[in-house]
Amino acid sequence: MKFTTLVAVTAVVGASFALGACTTGEPNPYGNKAGDVWSGYKTATAETHAMQDDDFENPAMPVVDAALETYNADPGNGASCASCHGAPDDATGGKIGVPMKGVGAKYPIYDPATKAPINVELRINKCRTEAQGAKAFKYESDDMQGMTALVNMQSRGMPRVTTADEPGDVLNPAFQAGKEFYYQRRGQLDMACKHCHEDNPATLIRAETLSQGQSNGFPTYRFKWQKMGSLHRRFRGCNKNIRAEPYGYGSIEYLNLETYLAWRGRGLPVEAPAVRK
Amino acid sequence: MAKKPRVKLPKKAKAGELVLVKTLASHKMETGNRKDKKGEKIPRLIINKFMCKVNGTEVFSADLQTAVSADPYISFYITAKESGSYEFSWTDDNGKVATVTKEMAVS
Amino acid sequence: MSKNLHQMVQLNRRQALKAAGAGVVALGFASSAHATPDETASALSKATGGAQAMAGSAKVTIKLPEIAENGSTVPLTVTVDSPMTDADYVKHIHVFAEGNPSPEVISFNLTPANGKAEVSSRMRLAKTQNVVVAAVMSDGSVHTNSKEVKVTIGGCGG
Repeated sequence: MKFTTLVAVTAVVGASFALGACTTGEPNPYGNKAGDVWSGYKTATAETHAMQDDDFENPAMPVVDAALETYNADPGNGASCASCHGAPDDATGGKIGVPMKGVGAKYPIYDPATKAPINVELRINKCRTEAQGAKAFKYESDDMQGMTALVNMQSRGMPRVTTADEPGDVLNPAFQAGKEFYYQRRGQLDMACKHCHEDNPATLIRAETLSQGQSNGFPTYRFKWQKMGSLHRRFRGCNKNIRAEPYGYGSIEYLNLETYLAWRGRGLPVEAPAVRK
Repeated sequence: MAKKPRVKLPKKAKAGELVLVKTLASHKMETGNRKDKKGEKIPRLIINKFMCKVNGTEVFSADLQTAVSADPYISFYITAKESGSYEFSWTDDNGKVATVTKEMAVS
Repeated sequence: MSKNLHQMVQLNRRQALKAAGAGVVALGFASSAHATPDETASALSKATGGAQAMAGSAKVTIKLPEIAENGSTVPLTVTVDSPMTDADYVKHIHVFAEGNPSPEVISFNLTPANGKAEVSSRMRLAKTQNVVVAAVMSDGSVHTNSKEVKVTIGGCGG
């Protein structure tokens, strides 16, 4: 009698584990078994892993170091990031009780001011211009990406979570728009994201192994870029590759796509700053 | 050189101990072969020299060419002998020098 | 209508090839001029003072990936077997890339204070090629070794 109860409990626990972040929304297109959803880390070489796994070896870190200095510096009106939020790894969230931990795992979130998703980059600029009396960072600058990486790093290892797929969720319209984008053919090569990342992950396109197109490692140091770059930069590159006109950094199209991708990769651990080819 | 280079050096070591030193600079290492949007060559600008001095005496150096990756990484060993200042310097084609000094106590 | 479509397909292929080549262009190694093994040998000779080299020397161990994830950042570790005493130590470790536009990559200059002749760095490789390492000892002798690294151009690097 006791044994059957134990089995039943294990089964329930096991099932909810396999489903990742519990959701009443859409089924995961990749499946629900452990390992069905994977990041680019899986297909990277041992040498690349060695660079990502060690914070000293990681070539993105000098830029993150510089961002930490900015985090602690007075932007002009005395309100450094630290003055409100405490140290980046302060779990209590400093004076205003809003910690950096968890941000990288749950963004993008809904911004009632713009009635649209807001990602970490844009949130940083919102703080800078509204709370700190400072100039906004340029989206793809080292300043911005370094700060975004610094924030996301505080959620390292935490599983990505979202409720955007649930009907009635405030981010659901953005989720649906992002989903539409994902499956929409575009560009001269007339391809959709799904053709590579849903239909053919882990297979080769010429000499390149396709990933699932997950976003949990961004900002990422890409060898091809010889520097750390944003998810939107990657979107632009992908769009250009299929000869489609890319959208802008921080554009609503890419914010919607980012919202949708956060759901496709839910359960994946935050890996920022990742190192990829 | 915009960002400060990073150096990994233990704060203390035993005399005779083999210490692994790791360094990572932040630099584009522009080869001079790339062209900009107008089609003009972007001029070469790389870090061409790295040096490590212990209490003023050179113990290790490297001469870098354009084939060294951006954000140059160099690691090497030092036998811990004397306590003191370990000075690391990176020099670029324009003669600009970035220096990081770290103290290591040898017992 | 079909003629225009045909032209479009041609354009796509050309642009796709260009996109594939973009990976190499971005490195700045777009020029078709690449070094040859002979040029590398003479560069090596120049760097080592023309001494007769012991090729394929077991004293020189080269750690490189068999296939580079991306030619722009290939991690390299060289270990040279040496007691690193005042009387017997490695003075220089020269690294060459036989297939790069110019073969010289990096030269490490050591002293007995290093204690162990093992150095690491990260390099740019324009294409599949041999990486050649020459170790110059304090007595002037030269030991060399080489290792091939495969460098692929991705199909959809982005």
